[in-house]
Amino acid sequence: MRYVESNESRRKFIKAGIITGVVAATGLGVFEALSDDKIPKTGEKIKLLSPEGKIVEVDSSLINPNTNIPDIPLSSHNVREGVPGKKFVMVIDLSKCKNAGKCRKACSKMHYLPEERSFIKIDRMQDSEKTAPYWMPTPCFHCDNPPCVKVCPVSATFKLTDGIVGIDNERCIGCRFCMVACPYSARVFNWGEEMYALDAERQKQMKGHEGCSSHKVGTVEKCDFCPSHAAKGKLPDCVTACPNGVFYFGDENEDTVTNGDETVRLSALIRDKAGYRYLEELGTKPRVYYLPPANRQFPFTEAKEEKKN
Amino acid sequence: MTYKETLLKSGVEIPKPADEKMKGLLKDLLPKNFSLSGKIWVGFLLAIALTGLYAYTLQLRHGLVVTAMRDFTSWGIYISNFVFFVAISLVGSLVSAVLKLSNVQWRTPLTRLSEIIAVSAITFASIIIIVDMGRPERFWHLFVYGRIQSPIIWDVIVISTYFVISLLLLYLPLLPDLALCRDNISGMKKWKKKIYNILALNWQGTHKQYRIINRSMKILAVLIIPLALGIHTVTSWLFATTFRAGWDSTNFGPYFVSGAFMVGCAGVIALMYILRNHYKLDKYITQRHFDNMGRLLVLLSLIYLYFNINEYLITGYKMKTVEGEHLMDLFTGSYAPMFWLVQIFGMIVPIIVLVFKKGRKPVPLFIVSLFVIVGAWFKRFLIVSPTLLHPFIPLNTVPQAWQHYFPTWQEWAITCGSLAGALLMVTFLIRVLPIIPIWEVAEEEGIQMQIPSKHHFN
Repeated sequence: MRYVESNESRRKFIKAGIITGVVAATGLGVFEALSDDKIPKTGEKIKLLSPEGKIVEVDSSLINPNTNIPDIPLSSHNVREGVPGKKFVMVIDLSKCKNAGKCRKACSKMHYLPEERSFIKIDRMQDSEKTAPYWMPTPCFHCDNPPCVKVCPVSATFKLTDGIVGIDNERCIGCRFCMVACPYSARVFNWGEEMYALDAERQKQMKGHEGCSSHKVGTVEKCDFCPSHAAKGKLPDCVTACPNGVFYFGDENEDTVTNGDETVRLSALIRDKAGYRYLEELGTKPRVYYLPPANRQFPFTEAKEEKKN
Repeated sequence: MTYKETLLKSGVEIPKPADEKMKGLLKDLLPKNFSLSGKIWVGFLLAIALTGLYAYTLQLRHGLVVTAMRDFTSWGIYISNFVFFVAISLVGSLVSAVLKLSNVQWRTPLTRLSEIIAVSAITFASIIIIVDMGRPERFWHLFVYGRIQSPIIWDVIVISTYFVISLLLLYLPLLPDLALCRDNISGMKKWKKKIYNILALNWQGTHKQYRIINRSMKILAVLIIPLALGIHTVTSWLFATTFRAGWDSTNFGPYFVSGAFMVGCAGVIALMYILRNHYKLDKYITQRHFDNMGRLLVLLSLIYLYFNINEYLITGYKMKTVEGEHLMDLFTGSYAPMFWLVQIFGMIVPIIVLVFKKGRKPVPLFIVSLFVIVGAWFKRFLIVSPTLLHPFIPLNTVPQAWQHYFPTWQEWAITCGSLAGALLMVTFLIRVLPIIPIWEVAEEEGIQMQIPSKHHFN
């Protein structure tokens, strides 16, 4: 939860900046009152950028990184609420994927995961000996008949109105039944603190956002279709990060999906390009469609090195 | 006022041994202090259990990262150990109920042993399943947020019910014996006597009390059979309700139940052999008991063989993609040595040895039951782990270390600790309770207790 602390201290830091900015601008003696006796002034001035874009100088004694911040979840977002009126859907065009790995990177960044870990996998698939291999990115399929939701003993994973399969990390007991129930190996587990160790540099780069998994040790997580983005009508980070436009994301109710460059009719895309869902015969009704790896944009090349994850 | 005086004053009649025969019975069967070997045994078990406890504190501190389980092998030996415990606990119902209801007379000296195994095993099954949880402190969520649609909740319900009924099946027929302990153990400390007295629930040995016990036991015996089938069938459903290769089978319920009866039977044989030798119980646990239990074990092994054939041969006949890969991994792949050792020594060899009368003598039978027990533990490992290494989406792009599963020392320590803990519980119960129901043996031998009972209990 270190990144939470960093966000919080960041906010306090900005708050301090605003206050000092206001103080400096109005020229009132509040500054003195705020900073009096308790902390002796060092006399060393530090330049800060105020939210208005002005450079202000404050005494270095005012800048106290708060080290005692309570362990709070990332947001007060109700994880059981979907975005009203939406039915999110994804289409993955296998003919465009060349295992660039940008979706994975964007995913781990978006979800504050260590670099080698993400909620999306890129699997090397080969349907039979003679058929051509291809790369298949696999996020969570957010099934409409989700086996993981069926087996959860405490309703810690559930179907939202917008089609997303959500997880309540405050309720999950860590039995991992959902992980063995998922036929697509979409779920990952927070095995321990060290698997999520983030270095200080990356923590600074990360921005606060809402509605994303809080990486509670001993609980299950997975791809969440970036709900904070979805609520604002933004695309998930894997979609925008892909250099080849592999991912289309959209709303089934509007019958449109977009990969950032082009916006197309979902029904037409699936019809014209022979879209299908992976392991349809299991009856899980995924919300992620695939377009077959036909007429490849890139020749298939093996991964350069044994990938770390 | 002494304790006895208090009792006499309150009008309680104390059952006393009627004659020399009864005295002999009490001398043989009342709980005895640990001998040196007994103390070494307890020390040994305690050491293992405490190591396991230490490993568990490490797991609590660092999370499940101390295990070798990862995103793909998300269930490991904790789960297979849990299945093993649930399996072996089925023996209670086998001896107390199935044999009782089929009027098998020779089962009397074995009832308490099997109930002791059942209660200890089911206790540790519950403990080990909490150990497996990533968030054990949220165990209460199961009761607050429980979803009846989840097989885990079915398991919680049926296992806790089974635990209660098993405990009653152990406790009710103990009442007369607890009263005997209360009145006949010489040189007992006062507090121990008090505990026996409380536990004996003021047993007086009246006709009415015997009648109540008799009737309750019959009801419980009928109740425990569906529950026993239930606990292991539901446990098998934890696997069979998923799509996984090797688990997606309608055969799983009876397959698990038959294997459970088999390992439970072997457990009773092993325990009765050890106790007979240690406490010199040859008079009570005779060659005939071994022969009969041997026959029972061979019957149960044959049933298990039948379900194994269904499970492996039919799947192997079709060799459906992932199912086939999983099966080939068991038959000829990395799990083949373990698989064949388990199948041959845990099932085939016992059948061959035990069909012969000589094989059912105590020593060979004891060795064969140890094979069955060890084989059963590894069999459950083979049911859980190889399947998880064969998901539908191939593992070729996940880290090498995640493509195998070999438990860490912490997992082994916790697992061995739980096994040692269960054995400790068995040992403790044997230490404080008459291992063979004294009053039932007395009944059978026609020895009149002080308050004569005209009822026959079997």
